Amino acid sequence: MSATFTDTATLASDGTVGVVIEGKSPRQLAWMRFRRDKFALAAAGVILFYIFAAAFAPVICAVLGISPYELDGDALNDFGLPKGAFGGISSEHWLGVEPGTGRDILARLLYGARVSLLVGFLGTLLTTTIGVMIGIFAGYRRGKVDAVVGRFMDLTLAFPSFLLIIALTRPFTQRLESLGVPEGNPARLTYIVLVLATFGWVYVARVVRGQTLSLREREFVEAARASGAGTGHIVFKQLLPNLWAPVIVIVSLSLPGYVATESTLSFLGLGMLPPAASWGVMLGDSVKYYRADPTYLFIPGVALIVLVLAFNILGDAVRDALDPKADRQTL
Amino acid sequence: MKQAALEAHNVIKYFPTGHSGILGRPTNEVKAVDGVSFSIAHGETLGVVGESGCGKSTLARVVTRLIDATSGEILMDGESISHLSGKSLRIARRKLQMIFQDPYASLNPRHSVGQIISSPLSVQGISPPQGVKARVQELMELVGLNPEHYNRYPHEFSGGQRQRIGIARALVLEPTVLVADEPVSALDVSIQAQILNLLETLQAELGLTYMFIAHDLSVVRHIADNVAVMYLGKIVEMGSAQSVYTQPGHPYTSALLSAVPVADPTRRGRDGRIRLEGDVPSPIDPPSGCRFRTRCWKATDLCASTEPLLADQGNGHLVACHFPMETPVTLGNTQP
Repeated sequence: MSATFTDTATLASDGTVGVVIEGKSPRQLAWMRFRRDKFALAAAGVILFYIFAAAFAPVICAVLGISPYELDGDALNDFGLPKGAFGGISSEHWLGVEPGTGRDILARLLYGARVSLLVGFLGTLLTTTIGVMIGIFAGYRRGKVDAVVGRFMDLTLAFPSFLLIIALTRPFTQRLESLGVPEGNPARLTYIVLVLATFGWVYVARVVRGQTLSLREREFVEAARASGAGTGHIVFKQLLPNLWAPVIVIVSLSLPGYVATESTLSFLGLGMLPPAASWGVMLGDSVKYYRADPTYLFIPGVALIVLVLAFNILGDAVRDALDPKADRQTL
Repeated sequence: MKQAALEAHNVIKYFPTGHSGILGRPTNEVKAVDGVSFSIAHGETLGVVGESGCGKSTLARVVTRLIDATSGEILMDGESISHLSGKSLRIARRKLQMIFQDPYASLNPRHSVGQIISSPLSVQGISPPQGVKARVQELMELVGLNPEHYNRYPHEFSGGQRQRIGIARALVLEPTVLVADEPVSALDVSIQAQILNLLETLQAELGLTYMFIAHDLSVVRHIADNVAVMYLGKIVEMGSAQSVYTQPGHPYTSALLSAVPVADPTRRGRDGRIRLEGDVPSPIDPPSGCRFRTRCWKATDLCASTEPLLADQGNGHLVACHFPMETPVTLGNTQP
């Protein structure tokens, strides 16, 4: 027995000294692999930074004395363009001001992050929940149920979803408002999330269905059945723990898509309405000024690209970490 | 006669296959198990042998009610378990457990050994008097695992150790009958012997009854009291291991036995090796009459027209053949 192990050594029941070796769960192993990936850690740091900035946007704005809605005519020249170089970057307005209104861009960026992340996370939560439930249902029941669900998924995929989103914005937001959702941006946000969920669950469901089909034939499921387990135990205790890995991967890869979709819709005037702050709204507004004030276009654009890129890198890293075959000793 | 621990009466399992119309019935059926009957006495082992695709594994799953038989009865201690469902089936399962073939697929990779072995307890709602952890560690010790590895995960074990985990899981409910579906065929030969010895020791200690499925005759010979030889969903020969191995009555059994490698080089090549031509016919459309006739060198017109039934060749040795190899000699008091 090596002396270095004495602190973990313990007396076994038969009196011999044995070393208690804690088994590493697949999750712990994945975490170990993830920690070795420097890019992934950086991406995770960026995402945490965004989440922190979005969550504490009002606090940060109060500390810096800025507001996303306050008009500042003093920061603009006679043509309505920001005074000073680079879109009016100054000690007062760190990222400059909006042309035409003089609103602080940093404040609007922070509030815009709230919208982007809210849509991203809510959309992901809904698509994942619906997708996992339908995927397990189809994969577990197989046969006719699977065939019907499969055709329904094909149908959903065949929908010209983007066209539909644009065409249905008005009637649906009005319907939501009449159902009691606060008028204006809350109704539009709800609409975007619902639309993302309506078309997004299919991608999760297809992956989960395939995994479930292959898992349910594994002998450990038969072993559970042989011990008397019912469907509930098999689905929740035997199948679900094996489905988290692929689900986490598809989630981390689809989340940036939802963030981008929100920006696109807002850019097209179908998402958040001004004066509310959203990256899409800012981008849409900035296009008008791209010659006179390119900084205004640049800032929300970079913010969006960095977030989407960070999510994509994180998604790839999570997939590598969860795949035992991707165990690379040197990185 | 003593009450049998496990009996099967004319068990049939057909799987529907082929395209069916929207409302039509399936056009074809795979006759995986086609009228199998056997009985195993308490504390004894029935070895079931046969080639791949002969219905052995299906039979094991039908017996353990993992799949429902098309018809036929399964009896435990004289009571039918074929029509049980819900709670009564769950309770019946406590007495009838299964060991699986692939030690890599039969353990949930996301569960620790402790979770895997204790899972049947939680499913059945049983709390052992000494506590779940103590019970699990007791079993781990019984099957030759280090009880301190309770928190480890399947990927940290070798194939043989994994199979021991599977055996511990099957034993946790204190069953009387274990159905083992090729429990050693996925293991190295040196490990096979260890697992077989473990199963024998457990049988002696716990008074277990085994239905032991294998495609390897030498494995079965080592452990079985009685042997059933299956071909295309039917038992073609059944009898005591001694009698089947020394005086095979069915040509198929003789062919299988002649294919067993001989360890002694001086004896090698002495006995004529019977080479079977062709493959096992499709179980969707089995040959008429005797199913083995397409590969049998003794087949005549009788074999094509009339199906041979299992007939006692003396001493309880059953053979389903119109032209048995030779009349088995009654061994008299040398039988156990």
